[in-house]
Amino acid sequence: MFLVAFYVAPFATLLARAVAVDEVRDVLGRRRTWEVAWFTTWQATASTALTLVVGLAPAYVLARFRFVGRRLLLGLLTAAFVLPTVVMGAAFSALLPDSLDRSIWAILGAHVVFNLAVVVRTVGAVWEHLPPDLEAAAATLGAPHWRVFREITLPLLRPALTAAGAIVFLFTFTSFGVIRILGTAGRPTLEVEIWRRATQLGEIGPAAVLALVQLAALGVVVGWSTYSQRRHSMALAMRPLATARHVFRRRERVLVGLTSIATAAVVTIPLLALVERSMRSDAGYSLRAWRSLGDTEVRRGISVSVDPLGTLSRSVETAAWATALAVTIGAVAALAIAAAGRLGRALDTGLMLPIGTSAVTIGFGMLITFDKQPVDWRAEWWIVPVGHALVAVPFVVRVTLGVLRALDPELSHAAATLGASPLQAWREVTLTHLWRPLVAGGGLAAAISLGEFGATSFLSRSGRETMPIAIERLLGRTGTLLQAQGYALAAILAAATIAIVLVVDVTGELGGDRGRRKGTRARRL
Amino acid sequence: MATAVAARGRVLDVCDVTVTFDGTTVLDRVSMTVAEGEVVALLGPSGSGKSTLLRVVVGLVVPDRGTVLVDGVDVTAWPTHRRRVGMVFQDEQLFPHRDVASNIGFGLKMAGLAAPARHRRVAELLDLVGLVGFEHRRVTDLSGGEAKRVALVRSLAPAPKVLLLDEPLTGLDRDLHERLIGEVAAVLRSTGTTAVWVTHDRAEADAVADRTVTLT
Repeated sequence: MFLVAFYVAPFATLLARAVAVDEVRDVLGRRRTWEVAWFTTWQATASTALTLVVGLAPAYVLARFRFVGRRLLLGLLTAAFVLPTVVMGAAFSALLPDSLDRSIWAILGAHVVFNLAVVVRTVGAVWEHLPPDLEAAAATLGAPHWRVFREITLPLLRPALTAAGAIVFLFTFTSFGVIRILGTAGRPTLEVEIWRRATQLGEIGPAAVLALVQLAALGVVVGWSTYSQRRHSMALAMRPLATARHVFRRRERVLVGLTSIATAAVVTIPLLALVERSMRSDAGYSLRAWRSLGDTEVRRGISVSVDPLGTLSRSVETAAWATALAVTIGAVAALAIAAAGRLGRALDTGLMLPIGTSAVTIGFGMLITFDKQPVDWRAEWWIVPVGHALVAVPFVVRVTLGVLRALDPELSHAAATLGASPLQAWREVTLTHLWRPLVAGGGLAAAISLGEFGATSFLSRSGRETMPIAIERLLGRTGTLLQAQGYALAAILAAATIAIVLVVDVTGELGGDRGRRKGTRARRL
Repeated sequence: MATAVAARGRVLDVCDVTVTFDGTTVLDRVSMTVAEGEVVALLGPSGSGKSTLLRVVVGLVVPDRGTVLVDGVDVTAWPTHRRRVGMVFQDEQLFPHRDVASNIGFGLKMAGLAAPARHRRVAELLDLVGLVGFEHRRVTDLSGGEAKRVALVRSLAPAPKVLLLDEPLTGLDRDLHERLIGEVAAVLRSTGTTAVWVTHDRAEADAVADRTVTLT
């Protein structure tokens, strides 16, 4: 029901608005459309290529060696991955001098730092299992290092590189928060253009057409990557080899050390810059921005519309509602999917749809659906938490379903033979295993909600801004104090997100594969 | 350790090699000499450092002390690919993304041999081990014995000065094992290959080697 009301209906509205033939012809005939599409594509391609290149060295080092600080480095990469897009944008804006902070370099930099974890984890997982003796064998046949890499290692990593590349491309193609902060009006991505047309210019129809163009493009990329991975996948003897070893040669020590330090620096320096800028004022360093967070008065008698501390409590409140909603719906859905056979699978796919759709599209669809009586809900306070929950539910379901499916059905049979009624058996076996994934899923939902920017951009009303919205506003203002406040808020949001993800990680439901996925979501929002 | 060096030239000289891992001494001042065309069996219980010694010779492990000479030249500091020492790995290590022909031809390609000559040579080598027509098979589809044969001729293809075989016949059933001992020994003789054959099986050592060296 929830899915139908808040996902299917908005999507149908979106379709209906876009299918006017004239509108489609008009939008596709405009030069601006193609310029935007071109910029979106090439910045995504460049970001992807750059991330793959930069990610190879840390992927290799982390996959092949055990060393002090290895876990810390992995943690840092994951932390960068789960940061809200607005925070990453703010961090690069803080890091780069004014001449560069609205350039393509800022965008590429933010995208690379964001997505390094995708490459390191996806490619590293395969690299870990490549027997080092395979490369040794090539060397004994006379291949120097670079040829071993080109002829043996690279072809074997290719499926993983394709997979990682496709994921990074999808993320950067639909980049919204980063571009809103670091891009210029003349160079938006499709996502930003959809938002601009719909909310700034009031051109609902053209925006809907663009949303569909983007969806079609994403479909092509997903299709291609699935096909390509299938074609190039090969039966590698994937023994869980203990190939990783301690560093003992001096050259290796230098390689591991340099790569680790460089990677850690790339990830942490933007975040440090965030903190540094929050304390910078015209008269040297001070905590003025932090102290004045609760104050809307910039100078005596002059106040701004954004109340930084107010947005913090509003964000927490929104996250609480969104989490409660997402966990409730997610738990019910996961139980239903696990219990139902075929029908369950359909529901499973249905619930994953919001992942495939961008958050911007979700927000946009909701905005244009619930805008007339009797469903004019645009001004309702709960529309934002509902949007967030919609984005978060698939993640809750994924985490929970994984645990439910792993439960041995014999367990409840065993309980029955011991005299437990079906209800008692269910309570004993299923319910006791449910709380951990639900805590993890709830943590994810909270992190997603706190950082959600795409859907919120459409649904948030002035006076009820959440933190990411406030950060974007503050950074767009002139005046050192306001900007410093924006950076301070971004630092708080970064710390909150990382803390939540750490707690979730401790509950242990997100190890390995699922952990990778979790990060994925938290950040597209 | 090793003594009796034949009158022929020495191809491999291992002098006083010491290797320690994390404080454990794996090889303690080990020396060994192999003459041209000789097949030496290196025998010893597991954990005696047989594989490590091979890895020192081929350049995959750097010794703490000692030298390795190939054809009288000190190669201790040379990278693996320049030593011209071949190796048959315990679990073959065939490249899974390449077919049989391009596995066998890999060393020839690295040596800069042109494609037509390479194809001819690959066909000869396949003939040598009774796998005529196997060029375009996927290596993942080979049986255990076929994979061992392909691994052997892949190492022989670039004509290494010494061939090291690290328990090359493990993981085969008994019949096949017996058959392959004879086959591999015959191939080594017919190609005049200088070889060090690591095994923990004395019968295998006696069957293939001119001489046996025991590592304890």
